[in-house]
Amino acid sequence: MKKIVAALALGAIVASVGGMAEAKDWKKIRIATEGAYAPWNATDPSGKLVGFEPDLAMALCKKMNAECEIVAQDWDGMIPALQQGKYDAIMAAMSITDEREKVITFAGPYGSEPSMFGTMKSSPLTKVAFEAERVDLSKDDPAGKAAIEKLGEALKGKTVGVQTSTIQANFMEKYLPKVAVRTYDKLDNAGIDLAAGRVDAIFGDRSAVSAIVKSDSGKDMTLFAPGFTRGVLGKGVGVGLRKADADLKELFNKAIAEANTDGTITKLSTQHFGYDISIK
Amino acid sequence: MNWELMWDSVPTLLGGIPVTLELVGLALLFGAAVAFAAALLRLSGNPVAERLMAAYVFVFRGTPLLVQIFLIYYGLGQFEAVRGSFLWTFLREPFWCAILALTLNTGAYTSEILRGAILSVPQGQIEAARACGMSRTLLFRRIVLPIAIRQMLPAYGNEVILMVKASSLASTITLLEITGIARKIIAQTFAVFEIFIVAGSIYLLLNFLASRLIRYAEWRMTPYLRARG
Amino acid sequence: MFELLSFGPNGWGGQLLGGAAMTVAVSLSSFALGLVFGSLGASAKLSRNVVLNGLAEVYTTIVRGVPELLVIYLLFFGGGGIVMAIGRVFGYEGYIELNAFTVGVVSVGLISGAYSTEVIRGAVQAVPHGQIEAARACGMSRWLILRRILVPQTMRYALPGLGNVWQLTLKDTALISVTALAEIMRVAHVAAGSTRQPFLFYTTAAALYLVLTTVSTAAFERAERRANRGVRRA
Repeated sequence: MKKIVAALALGAIVASVGGMAEAKDWKKIRIATEGAYAPWNATDPSGKLVGFEPDLAMALCKKMNAECEIVAQDWDGMIPALQQGKYDAIMAAMSITDEREKVITFAGPYGSEPSMFGTMKSSPLTKVAFEAERVDLSKDDPAGKAAIEKLGEALKGKTVGVQTSTIQANFMEKYLPKVAVRTYDKLDNAGIDLAAGRVDAIFGDRSAVSAIVKSDSGKDMTLFAPGFTRGVLGKGVGVGLRKADADLKELFNKAIAEANTDGTITKLSTQHFGYDISIK
Repeated sequence: MNWELMWDSVPTLLGGIPVTLELVGLALLFGAAVAFAAALLRLSGNPVAERLMAAYVFVFRGTPLLVQIFLIYYGLGQFEAVRGSFLWTFLREPFWCAILALTLNTGAYTSEILRGAILSVPQGQIEAARACGMSRTLLFRRIVLPIAIRQMLPAYGNEVILMVKASSLASTITLLEITGIARKIIAQTFAVFEIFIVAGSIYLLLNFLASRLIRYAEWRMTPYLRARG
Repeated sequence: MFELLSFGPNGWGGQLLGGAAMTVAVSLSSFALGLVFGSLGASAKLSRNVVLNGLAEVYTTIVRGVPELLVIYLLFFGGGGIVMAIGRVFGYEGYIELNAFTVGVVSVGLISGAYSTEVIRGAVQAVPHGQIEAARACGMSRWLILRRILVPQTMRYALPGLGNVWQLTLKDTALISVTALAEIMRVAHVAAGSTRQPFLFYTTAAALYLVLTTVSTAAFERAERRANRGVRRA
């Protein structure tokens, strides 16, 4: 009797197991994206994952002669689920940073966008004038330092909404530790709270913040302060991969290089962003 | 398994206990008041009040707490009228939104437990009290309520444990209680398994203490059931 | 505004309905799996084997004492590893993958099973011992007693409690939205974020859950009436 029960239980486990992956020749690649970071990636009302990255992923897969499936994964579990083998690659506006490179590896980068703040048009934050338009954090220039100092001054006593586990959250911790930060699961939700007045500003990738500003509920919002790049903000957006999959990394790097030279990235970028985010 | 990481995360995660206890404590306190009012109104005999309270219980028991939390936090904040009112001082804060959601949720469940307990008070006791000339309020205060509370304690103990667990959902609206802190550590270390095992153990410990506390309360309230020494 | 709930290209209606179907599918599967776990757990708790007693006790204590969200996360990120470890015991070295549906069903089923264990155990104990003695006296085998006496009566006693477990299970499925399975909560969350109309979508989600709980409550009441049809009311 007990043996029968054990056998049944085992059978149930085996039966419930989804697909069993064969030896990896990378004919089939599963790529994860968040689906909540327009224009990089988004979910349309039919539940389909759309945006720059799903399109680029398909283009890259064509070049690699692989069949690809795009799957959704919440941002905060993105890297752990990759390590667990739930998918093989991440294309989710994930910047290449030292911190992430400790646990996974990256192909690319395939694009780059500065990080920017968004706030309400009525906010006093919009009245602060910055001299620099772009601050490169990897360079040690006085104009950049002045801008960060000014920003810290302006944000004193205010709350900034960021997405959890992002380069922007790291930036706040490193450069503006005195400013209160609230972390959200999705930048979209930080946008909702900016509109509701729970936070005074949001900080994210320029295009993602712009997308919120351009939406219906963002009509009273605007971008402010300079765009920040490099340093803690990473070396551009790449394809996240397991360290063990060096062969897949090579494949992706080759495909990205091709997509760069033949203009695929530029074309898709112009289509989704309105400008070119490719790295030349 | 990264044991070192698990060990190192213990003090940080323990730091979330105060917020978790505040959430649970306040929600249970306010929830008890709501439950008391709701149970009395449902037994009041006034059809409007009865219907209203039945609807309240129906809605809050029939939907997941997660929906209730999101509706209160993200949903209400959408309206200009809410943002302009005095309520916004509270609803602006994720902490009070979580308290409100947990309170209304536990209030609905507890009111049903309390109602059942009140209805289970033996009719003979009520008749006896009436025969002694007790007024309605005195009868309720001295006879019905003490018996009902004693009766509901085991079920209420379960509700307390459910609340401790439910408080973990506050992490979805940016609150840094035990689960929120666990998620934050995971965001930096990517070690989901290790951190959640530590967090889970803390909840187990809290719930163990909570169940002991309820059992002690039960023991205190039923001296007549103890063997005479 | 209500265009957002329509079934057209710009409406989330289709997704929401699909989400409701998914919620029902996950709930039913989890509840069924929970009944299996519950029966096993209850028989373990009622057996005279100390090891089985202990195992069942550990199972219900842990699952009922740890937040559901954590149980789901742990299985989502660790479930594959556990299954693979079992696979290796049987000599399978490859990679085994659990999809979001399986993870959801197993984790909610585990939670549901812990509560079912207690309900079923209580129901078994509610069957008067005299009846079992009488059956034995009639010369029934253990298996026959189980089939003819114990199970039918246990089902009747367990129904109200299982109704509660079902409601719990149905609502717990909202938490598996973290695994990106497109059930009601997931669709509502994604739609609320992308359209920035949280009130509309969470209210719709709440309404859908209310419909499901109302329908299932009615179904359980019918089942209870049917199960009690041969019983005199006091």
